[in-house]
Amino acid sequence: MTAVHININGRLHHHDVEDRTLLVHFIRENARLTGTHVGCDSSNCGACTVLLEERAVKSCTVLAVQADNQSVTTVEGLSGPFGGLSAVQEGFRQEHGLQCGFCTPGMLMACTALLTENPSPSEHEIRHALEGNICRCTGYEMIVRSVQWAARNGTDK
Amino acid sequence: MIPAPFTYIRVSSVADALSALQVHGEEAKLLAGGHSLIPLMKLRLATPQALIDISSVNELVGITLSGNVLRIGAATRHFEIETSEVVRKHVPLLAYTASLVGDPQVRNRGTIGGSVAHGDSASDLPVSLLALDAVMTVQGARGKRAVPASEFFLGFWRTAVAPDEVLVHIDVPVTNSGWSYQKFTIRSQDWATVSAAVQGDAVALGAMAEIPLRARQVEAAIQAGNTVSEASRLADEGTSPSSDTRASADYRRHLARVLVENALVEAATRR
Repeated sequence: MTAVHININGRLHHHDVEDRTLLVHFIRENARLTGTHVGCDSSNCGACTVLLEERAVKSCTVLAVQADNQSVTTVEGLSGPFGGLSAVQEGFRQEHGLQCGFCTPGMLMACTALLTENPSPSEHEIRHALEGNICRCTGYEMIVRSVQWAARNGTDK
Repeated sequence: MIPAPFTYIRVSSVADALSALQVHGEEAKLLAGGHSLIPLMKLRLATPQALIDISSVNELVGITLSGNVLRIGAATRHFEIETSEVVRKHVPLLAYTASLVGDPQVRNRGTIGGSVAHGDSASDLPVSLLALDAVMTVQGARGKRAVPASEFFLGFWRTAVAPDEVLVHIDVPVTNSGWSYQKFTIRSQDWATVSAAVQGDAVALGAMAEIPLRARQVEAAIQAGNTVSEASRLADEGTSPSSDTRASADYRRHLARVLVENALVEAATRR
């Protein structure tokens, strides 16, 4: 067992874990933050996307020990001016950017990372930035519109 | 899916990485971005006893231009290469190729050295590095040695890096000749079904054999004065593509001819 310290959403989480523990399991089972989903568990679908040191990563393909002494933002860490929702979250509400919602936590994190880097992306740039996130419901049209809504109405980071 | 148990060792210098490799022998694997290795470990296709994490070794990270050579540290992540002004200006083929690796999350973690040392012929960067005549430097207990890209890839998931060596950096010659990278995928974030890279007179192919290949027949035909369309018909000569869930061998041969032609045409517009 190895002592791992990860700052998640501004709060320090310290747990002794096996070296083989994946970051997504540290987040869900040790830190008890179950907003981050395990989808394909093979770094394809992006449902487990979180921000690690401000950059989007698939937490099913990062070891918790690799994230020791680093900071993570999960969907629970998104908040902002729209009644507690961030601009990206409010965009998903306004433009119906989800149906079943399973991919949504990862989508929100990938979209948040995109708008932090590029506050007014073109449609092409949005689609390129979301290549790592799979949605089986929406056909992506409404997700693209949700990002465009957030870009128009201000980001909170 | 959870990897089989292993011991995690984080090192902060190449010397420490080499010592750890000496201690753990062939049971150890180097870990950088982990985006080739961790998926294999989750599938139990790889079960190393020790993981030596070299991602925070400063001497392995960074991009420096000296004279006509761009040196890229092996643990430099794809997004750093993709967005580097120096790489974009001096070796645009490499920056563009890096921008097509996997997806943004993969590019945020994966490293050029990891991609190259994994030795998958369907990966993007090895194909462009082969067309660029890059030189890989590996370091072992007995010192450093330079391996040209054309001698680096030995077989399926096999490279010139010995189990007790570390790939430390990749040197890429700066050139202003025409370039192109053509990647055909069925899904947006996929490995290449087939890919083709052109830099000047050099043409390389990915996923047409166990290792990335130079399309020597095409290069010779162009040198001999044949048209692009004539030369491209030779793109699958000397290749041995496999049939798998992505494509049949025949379809890959067809793709190689089309992608090489497209790449040569695009490169010509950039001369």
